[in-house]
Amino acid sequence: MTAIVEAAGLTKRFGKVTAVDDVSFSLEEGGIHGLLGRNGAGKTTLMQLLTGQDFATSGDVRLFGHGPVENAAVVGRTCFIKESQVYPDDFQGKHVLKIAPRFFPHWDAALAQRLVDAFQAPLDRKMKKLSRGQRSAIGVIVGIASRADFTLLDEPYAGLDAVARRRFYDLLLEDYAEHPRTILLSTHLIDEAAALLQRVLVIDKGRLVMNADADDLRGSATTLVGRAADVEAFSARHEVLDRTTIGGIASVTLAGLSAEDKRAAASAGLEATPVSLQELIVRRTGGLETEEVSA
Amino acid sequence: MDDGRPIFLQVAQQLEGQILEGALGEESQVPSINDLAAFHRINPATALKGVNLLVDAGVLYKRRGIGMFVAEGARARLLDERRAEFRDAHVRPLADRARGLGLTTAQLQDMIAKEMNR
Repeated sequence: MTAIVEAAGLTKRFGKVTAVDDVSFSLEEGGIHGLLGRNGAGKTTLMQLLTGQDFATSGDVRLFGHGPVENAAVVGRTCFIKESQVYPDDFQGKHVLKIAPRFFPHWDAALAQRLVDAFQAPLDRKMKKLSRGQRSAIGVIVGIASRADFTLLDEPYAGLDAVARRRFYDLLLEDYAEHPRTILLSTHLIDEAAALLQRVLVIDKGRLVMNADADDLRGSATTLVGRAADVEAFSARHEVLDRTTIGGIASVTLAGLSAEDKRAAASAGLEATPVSLQELIVRRTGGLETEEVSA
Repeated sequence: MDDGRPIFLQVAQQLEGQILEGALGEESQVPSINDLAAFHRINPATALKGVNLLVDAGVLYKRRGIGMFVAEGARARLLDERRAEFRDAHVRPLADRARGLGLTTAQLQDMIAKEMNR
């Protein structure tokens, strides 16, 4: 397997603010992966650094083994759909689709047309006049139809309603199945996108706090509820992620319980519930995620 | 899909369930990886991992260029496994709880006999 993207000690400072803080990771060729984090965590800045649209304060990025800045070999193989893409004043949707093949050698015009129909994207109105959801739809169409070796989608469905988002997941999976490539999707709608993702990179205040296989994380933590003394006996031997007590009843969230541990917990009369991926990420990034679909 | 358990395990368990119920008969073809991924809206790599788990366990087998099929004797083996799991996951904790409540073996057996014949 070849690394499509490699980041080493990537850091970006804006004055006193460190937007991306010493981020290192690599992604192998092939797969749909998620870049997750709260608003303002540094997702967009990181994607800009990865694609050479911004310069890192320090650290290094390699795409397909090359530096991404002003590198034609890299640019043609990469598609970055920005949440806040700015278009020339008179640009309409049809112009976007017309110039896309010049940037993306694997562009599939028939697929683009199918996606236009699926999302009912208006092509003959100025991009500036479109709603956020309509602009997102055009971004998604370009992102999928470009079939770039490395596709970065930054909050691709901002403003899209639930029906359109589901359609996006279906169409992305369908095309990915026939044309596997590497896709990095940033989102804060963790519960919706989680099942699509193979690896999750979680970023919090600019730092990469998790980089793991999504399925390894599911069920990696368990919440035990029961008599405080029984619960304590269990938690002593494990990493405690969270703990609350009410009277004589305790609830602890523990990392890495084996099947044997869970059986023993059931025998001891403790109630064991697995922690969802979403909850685990919320816990690691501090505080509740705000549902902000149309932000 | 339940976000609290590895999805590849859930894929494997659902296929096992279909084999146990007879919805997927022995020697019948299993849906392709891409069909499973599209149906459950999950990553194809995850669907593949779930199917491979059953291939490794001898429940499914590959016919090159055609697809995945349910192995002969798969249902009987799964049933044995599920029964052993049932004992570990339900009967054992049940016995522990019963002991904690001061029930004798005879009393517990009596309770179970009544429930089984309900």
